Amino acid sequence: MDNVKTIYKKSEGLSDFNLSYCPGCTHGIIHKLVAETLVELDVLDRSIGISSVGCSALNYDFFSCDMVQAAHGRAPAVATGIKRVKPNTIIFTYQGDGDLASIGIAEAIHAAHRSENITIVFVNNAIYGMTGGQMAPTTLIGQKTTTSQGGRDAHIHGLPLRISEMMATIPGATYIERVSVHNPQHVQKAKKALKKAFTIQKENKGFTLIEFISTCPVNWGLTPKDAIDWAVENMIPYYPLGVYKDKTVGEES
Amino acid sequence: MAKVLMKGNEAMALAAIYAGCEAFYGYPITPQNELPEYLSKHMALHGKAFVQSESEVAAINMVYGAAGAGARVMTSSSSPGIALKQEGITYIAGAELPAVIINVMRGGPGLGGIQPSQGDYKQITRGGGNGDYYLYSLAPESLQEAVDLIKESFDIADYFRNPVMIAVDGLIGQMMEPVDFDREVPKWDLLPKTWAADGNPQGREKNIINSLYLDPLVLEQHNLKLKAKYDEMRKNHQRYELINMKDADIVIVAYGSVARIARTAVEMLTEKGVKCGILKPITIFPYPDQAFAELPDSVRNLLVVEMSTGQMLDDVKIANEGKLPIHFYGRVGGVVPEAEEIVQAVLKIVGGENNG
Repeated sequence: MDNVKTIYKKSEGLSDFNLSYCPGCTHGIIHKLVAETLVELDVLDRSIGISSVGCSALNYDFFSCDMVQAAHGRAPAVATGIKRVKPNTIIFTYQGDGDLASIGIAEAIHAAHRSENITIVFVNNAIYGMTGGQMAPTTLIGQKTTTSQGGRDAHIHGLPLRISEMMATIPGATYIERVSVHNPQHVQKAKKALKKAFTIQKENKGFTLIEFISTCPVNWGLTPKDAIDWAVENMIPYYPLGVYKDKTVGEES
Repeated sequence: MAKVLMKGNEAMALAAIYAGCEAFYGYPITPQNELPEYLSKHMALHGKAFVQSESEVAAINMVYGAAGAGARVMTSSSSPGIALKQEGITYIAGAELPAVIINVMRGGPGLGGIQPSQGDYKQITRGGGNGDYYLYSLAPESLQEAVDLIKESFDIADYFRNPVMIAVDGLIGQMMEPVDFDREVPKWDLLPKTWAADGNPQGREKNIINSLYLDPLVLEQHNLKLKAKYDEMRKNHQRYELINMKDADIVIVAYGSVARIARTAVEMLTEKGVKCGILKPITIFPYPDQAFAELPDSVRNLLVVEMSTGQMLDDVKIANEGKLPIHFYGRVGGVVPEAEEIVQAVLKIVGGENNG
């Protein structure tokens, strides 16, 4: 067996818990990317993650660093509370679109407004997953959910909220990027975005948010593959990928 | 140190610094604004954290975060703001974190008013947020007592791993009195915070701060563990003061500012030959029912006086166990009862027979 060498293994940033996510959901990929980033930047042993409320509520068990479970939408406030007393830690929140874009929008905006030196991992799958497929602020027009059964109607429900674009208008925000993990190429791009964000935090340069376009095969009523296709065909056109804010442009790297 | 003349809100703020408070997170609301204003300057001078949050909800969740990271942390607010903080308070209690919360009570319900009140008694002593929990709640009657209790409250919170509420009213927040910050307060035996999620593992297992228990049997055990803590508070950590109790014919039950006004009323009643004592709860949770067992046999009536419509009456009835007639006198809406009013309320009960 001397010639056997490990070319891939699970990141040290993840625990041995079985993930609680449905088959085909992209939370697993995003967890892996966050964990790998913390390890590669050599900050895992000083990281604290904030779990939110929603499908990822139990991820305090999945990451191997210290973790704090926050009330619905409050993760950026919890992160602020920690970072201000432990400035040498690396703090990330992990929030879905119900948690961040709806109930926690004030906390997200004001964490950016204060330029808190934290990183928000925002997972947008345009629906409430954990509670059974209700409409989110990010639900697309015409999209059927359990609380918009005839499809989202702009006249009744308003137009879907673009979080990255909105957060980019906040003067205090340092880096905002929207990414997707629908194919290996984009997974690599997403990893790069996370690395950029956590590096900015490591260098005490302020608030960073990476929005992930994600899927919800179960509540969308699609197979995992069809869900990926649906995200590419419907979500990415409305939620274009790219860097929306980068205050580090022009700085020497 | 000699006594210094300070405003109540500022004195309470400085007491927190004396107690080693490492972070203050709060949102403006009258009548407690001088407290965060003072700390906005002085926490920075001491190299400590201060954030004016976007809301009370955010402030208490910042407290949750800092407490979970093992820091000594405080917030303050007034009645409607405390109502908003209840979400975070129940998480702090559920995750067994220490924190100090000052409530400078004002009149309600709703937006109410900005003058002193004790209308939050139930909001404070019944947990306040969702689920089965309590706050160790201290109700000082003077700035000196407030300062002493706040200095000790951080130890109490750490000891029980439970939030401590300092329940004062706008009168305490707004008045000025000489205060001595160097008075000794009890020191509690505290363990290192090995449970903290402080991002500093150094070989230890990872720590998780959490109040989520999806397995009912596990949550039941957690609830019973919390109950044991509250039972211990009830059994061994009631605080109260019995004042002028010798041969007392009638006893005023009052806490906070009202107990202080009652002291003046008792002096006036003594001059009239009425033997009137005061039972002053210092902890309003745990409620000091032990004090009622210590009342002398001479007592024939209890008079509860509050700046509410009688929020404490239920607790007095439970503690009294049906033994003595209970009377009530209250002023509400931000109106502070005067000593003379309390004197008249007492005289109405004792029938004026001793009224020389």
